[in-house]
Amino acid sequence: MSTDATAASPEMEPQSLFGRALDNIRGGTLGSWPVLIGLTLIVIFFSFKADNFLSPGNFSNIITQMAGVTLLAYGVVFVLLIGEIDLSISYISGIAGVIVAKLTVPDGNEVAGIVAILLAVAVCALIGAFQGSFVAFIGVPAFVVTLAGYQIWQGVIQKSIEAEGVIVIQDKTINNSANYFFSERAGWIIAAVVLGIYVASLVSTFVSHRRHGVAVRDPGLIVAKAVAVIVVAIVVVVISNRDRGVPFVLLLMIASLLVLTFVAKRTTFGRHVYAVGGNAEAARRAGINVARVRIIVFMISGVMSGLGGIVLAGRLNSVDLNAGGGTLLIDAIAAAVIGGTSLFGGRGEVRDALFGALVIATIANGLNTLNLTQGVIFITTGGILLFAVTLDTILRRRQRAAGR
Amino acid sequence: MTTASASTPLLELHGISKSFGSVQALSEVDFEARAGEVMALVGDNGAGKSTLIKCVAGTHSPDSGQVIFDGNEVHIHGPKDAAKLGIEVVYQDLALCDNLDVVQNMYLGREAHDVLHRLKEPVMEAKTAETMKSLAVTTIRSIRQPVATLSGGQRQSVAVARAVMWNSRLVILDEPTAALGVAQTQQVLELVERLAHQGLAVVLISHNLHDIFAVADRITVLRLGRSIAVYERDKTTQQEVVQAITAGVPTKVSGIPSTDPEPEPA
Repeated sequence: MSTDATAASPEMEPQSLFGRALDNIRGGTLGSWPVLIGLTLIVIFFSFKADNFLSPGNFSNIITQMAGVTLLAYGVVFVLLIGEIDLSISYISGIAGVIVAKLTVPDGNEVAGIVAILLAVAVCALIGAFQGSFVAFIGVPAFVVTLAGYQIWQGVIQKSIEAEGVIVIQDKTINNSANYFFSERAGWIIAAVVLGIYVASLVSTFVSHRRHGVAVRDPGLIVAKAVAVIVVAIVVVVISNRDRGVPFVLLLMIASLLVLTFVAKRTTFGRHVYAVGGNAEAARRAGINVARVRIIVFMISGVMSGLGGIVLAGRLNSVDLNAGGGTLLIDAIAAAVIGGTSLFGGRGEVRDALFGALVIATIANGLNTLNLTQGVIFITTGGILLFAVTLDTILRRRQRAAGR
Repeated sequence: MTTASASTPLLELHGISKSFGSVQALSEVDFEARAGEVMALVGDNGAGKSTLIKCVAGTHSPDSGQVIFDGNEVHIHGPKDAAKLGIEVVYQDLALCDNLDVVQNMYLGREAHDVLHRLKEPVMEAKTAETMKSLAVTTIRSIRQPVATLSGGQRQSVAVARAVMWNSRLVILDEPTAALGVAQTQQVLELVERLAHQGLAVVLISHNLHDIFAVADRITVLRLGRSIAVYERDKTTQQEVVQAITAGVPTKVSGIPSTDPEPEPA
């Protein structure tokens, strides 16, 4: 067998960057390269085609437009990682919007915005646990459980605001969650803190590896990535400050990204998520509580839907009978998949959702600035989604073939 | 080493019976495994090999009979009990996660972590490298490559290495070479021998008599849920073992394992 030829090479030899990249492709992972290259091409295309595309104002628009979808898509990544699907996220997010809207109606019984937000997120977590229990304990396919959820929560939304039809949100905290922009100085301080956390985590990895005498792979690549992240952060703050300032939703997206990436990559729970997605039976035999992992993942999906729903409600300053409807569900799942998260489980990163959502939002925004209709946007996004899933499936087949 | 520890068995099974409904899977089975020795467990399909192993691994609990480990009677109620005693099973279908790398698979479900459940990645990597070295598993290029990129023999090596990393004393291998080519089978068999040399008790389940005669010290034959004979490798032939598997041992009083080949018809 051809694999034996490579296996005969000397022990634990530090591989070249190219060799590792080749291994990754054989193992079925391409990382974020396809989506980043795609995103670059899209940006270049629209900057030539549309006049107002490359402006600070439009950049802020894209960020605020994509925020809700991105938060939902973070949750989708976790669900896809364990090889399941959650179709109820859009209407769970609608539920969160309805809850914060109803609780803050200034009728004398209103609660503070932050309390309403916490309550709404807690309810969404419970909904996730409820749906996840059917999957984890009884083994009902997640597709069906969450399809039922899709209908049920849609029904609950319509039932609970059928009298009002639409509720205007007057609470400042909730509206600010989508529409607040930081001052110039605050923007820089936030960027410094976020970058500080990022660099500190990299340094601590280096230090602990050295302490245990374990080599750090590709230190050059890590440094290059860190430099790229810092440059991008500075550019983003500069552009934002030329418009209204750094949007609060950007901070929310980045903070969620950091926290969820930490959970997925640096904790035992995250490791178990990947294990369940890779081989649930192996995970069970290794003593991992598979049911617990599944339920917590659906709770994460619920929480992120809740946060996204609050941002979406705050953006419109209202909720109506359509809360959670439209293309929200499709966009969130497409964002995770276009970003490179596998539909087959076990492969993907939280950041995929951010990159995927950026692609979708950029296309929608760019085609809008070209005055093209919704139909063109749907066709384009659908085509890209088809391409992403095809790539995923081919990689998956290569992975199967690689081993034996 | 082998002769010194061969006096008392590490694992002894006495009169193990197990039935599933009306099917008697095991009846009055006796079995033993000694430290520093490879004990092969052979038998035709349905002879009860897997059921017997599952009784030791804690997946099944026997209806009757005694399990004695290290001189004490034990009751194994689940895989965790077995792991606590130092019993590890390497299953036929490997139980590895393809999407995880070698280190991650070695520590699957037992990750090293701090109070905040943060993974101690360097600790796990160093220990994995050490284990691989001690077992002379040298064909894997990087322990950070995904298991999906490994060959069948390498994957089996990872599964075996995982079993021995946890200070285990008894390792049970269920058909470790079934899906492997010639060279890879050789790799795994060498690894099996090394385990015994390191003082572990090894139980090897296999259909392949050639493999068994290459590494096993003794051979227990199961037939129709009964243990019908125990052979010493040096004092028997493949033909004799095949005969026992397929037709049984006519004059043998069933159920008495023995180190000497006395019960065999001369």
